[in-house]
Amino acid sequence: MGATLFGMLYQVGDAFAFLVLCASGLAVIFGMMGVINLAHGEFIMCGAYVTVSVARIGLPLPLAILCGAAAAGAAGIVIERLVVRRLYGRPLDTIVATWGVSLIAAQGTLILLGPSLPGIGTPLGSVTVGVYSYSTYRLVLMAAAVLLLAGLYLLFNVTRFGLLARATIQVPHMAAALGVDTSLIYSLTFGLGAALAGMTGGLYAPTMTMVPTMGGTFIVEAFVTVVVGGADVFLGTAPAAALLGLVKAGMTSWRGQLFGQIGLLIAVILVIRMLPDGISGKLLRSRG
Amino acid sequence: MASLANSSAAVAERVAPRRRLGRVLAALEGPQTLGRGPAFWVGFIAVVVLAACFPLVSDGYTVGNAAYFLCWVFMALGLCVIWGYGGALSFGQTAFFGLAGYAYGVITLNVGAADGLTLLALVLAVLMAALLAAVIGYFLFFGRISGVFLGIVTLSITLVFERFMAQTAGPEWHIGVARLNGFNGMSGMPPLTLPWFGQDVALFADTPLYLFVLALLVVVYLGLRLLVNSRFGNVLVAIRENPERATMLGYDIRKYQLGAFVIGSALAGMSGVLYTAWGQYITPSSMGITAAALPIVWVAVGGRQDLTATLVGTLLVLAGFQVLTIYGSQYALVVMGALLVATVLLAPDGLVIGLVRLGGRLSRGGRRP
Repeated sequence: MGATLFGMLYQVGDAFAFLVLCASGLAVIFGMMGVINLAHGEFIMCGAYVTVSVARIGLPLPLAILCGAAAAGAAGIVIERLVVRRLYGRPLDTIVATWGVSLIAAQGTLILLGPSLPGIGTPLGSVTVGVYSYSTYRLVLMAAAVLLLAGLYLLFNVTRFGLLARATIQVPHMAAALGVDTSLIYSLTFGLGAALAGMTGGLYAPTMTMVPTMGGTFIVEAFVTVVVGGADVFLGTAPAAALLGLVKAGMTSWRGQLFGQIGLLIAVILVIRMLPDGISGKLLRSRG
Repeated sequence: MASLANSSAAVAERVAPRRRLGRVLAALEGPQTLGRGPAFWVGFIAVVVLAACFPLVSDGYTVGNAAYFLCWVFMALGLCVIWGYGGALSFGQTAFFGLAGYAYGVITLNVGAADGLTLLALVLAVLMAALLAAVIGYFLFFGRISGVFLGIVTLSITLVFERFMAQTAGPEWHIGVARLNGFNGMSGMPPLTLPWFGQDVALFADTPLYLFVLALLVVVYLGLRLLVNSRFGNVLVAIRENPERATMLGYDIRKYQLGAFVIGSALAGMSGVLYTAWGQYITPSSMGITAAALPIVWVAVGGRQDLTATLVGTLLVLAGFQVLTIYGSQYALVVMGALLVATVLLAPDGLVIGLVRLGGRLSRGGRRP
């Protein structure tokens, strides 16, 4: 009985971790600027590629993941300065432009680095509970998802950057009038979103095949979580990931991975009909 | 006296059809479309006649290739209505493209191609695309979701649809006698046929299909011009410009946006059917993320706020893409992406519209003393 319960919790936790890690970078950027970064999958791919390359040189995996996150974050700041910066106030155009960036990045990687990169194996072995064995690394990923949420909470609520960022979200021109360099805040937030994507890529790199289109594996989940969650990472993304994780784990164990995705999609379309601003919109409205 | 009455009657007879023609033209032009007046329509007829004569001076392969280009234009025009006129950006038009393509394959493989049944399959497949769009659109527009969400939900739909079709390789995945064939896609469906006295005319990917698609395109283009210059089109543009004001003026914006979405998606479905009939195959990758990006590129580069600009832009980009593919297929997508970014940054209204405006400004400037 306990083993069955653990098995179910493991499935849901795994789905929850995947959704949180996928979506947090996207949600940070969406919450800040109201735009969806369609190059999100390519930032994930960038993080994964850098992580694997650095890990193969001999750096320990956690450091390699940080390198991947840093590389993706730097790429994000460059993209923000070159493209996104010029499109504030035109959210649809931003999406289209980031899609262009995504095409260039995925195809460029294919041209430069070839159709695939040799991967690294999943570390840490497995634990056995009851009759089934579970990957320890997956448990680490769950912990990483929780730590990530806690870290973001601290970042936005304790640090000076978080204060300035929240001010910029609420009333940008007022923040600017009070001396906040809002364009720097936008740059840093976009970079932060990209770095989170890169970290996700790094975290999942040992479990995946390294191909230029690997970002595509993440984006559907990232999109639906952000759509259901709405603009706030803590009140939106986390509960959305919990809800959708339940749906996904249930559907996956019933009919397989693809039906997990189909279930997600149907859940999203139904939720949109009832909560147009996502869970966080609903929570914020009832609170405020 | 009698002769005067006669001649005035004759004048009236001659004027009446002209006035009727004027009314038709007036319905086809308006503030929502570029290109008006006799000069434009004479040019339009000349282009159509030239296009219809094109097979006379060209070989079968080139004509088939031109038919291939024309097949895609419907999806672009549909996206132009949804995005350019309605202001709602759908990234997932390829879902309707793929659904209708597969539906055409399944229907024709099951019932055969005799007696114009393929045309019935075309209509049914397009209706299925419209029905799916109506269901999805109901949830999206009646949920009043914000603009950016529509794009990513539709994109998610087409990506999941692609993955679903890609895993249908096993023999258990069949509808009637039609195997879905997973990643390799369906093939071997009959081409479109026109029922003709005694003998059906099969429209192979050659002159007959080219002429059929061209005729269909002219009808759809004129029909859409009527639509966007009608009351419906004006309300749609009002919603794009300011949804709150349109609501305050008493329009139920959800219904208009849903209408535009269904029409645009049905046109994407038409592209799907024509593409499937053209090559006699359809694969899941026609719904993948690369395929989904292409309509956005065509419409954005051409100029999304005008049907004619979208049409011209789509054909130009398609031709350019093919040339690029011949010289280095792997660079074609990079160039597409760069083109998209450059268009959004430098000519947000699209290159064709930008050039038309530039031309207009130059000619006006030239006339000024």
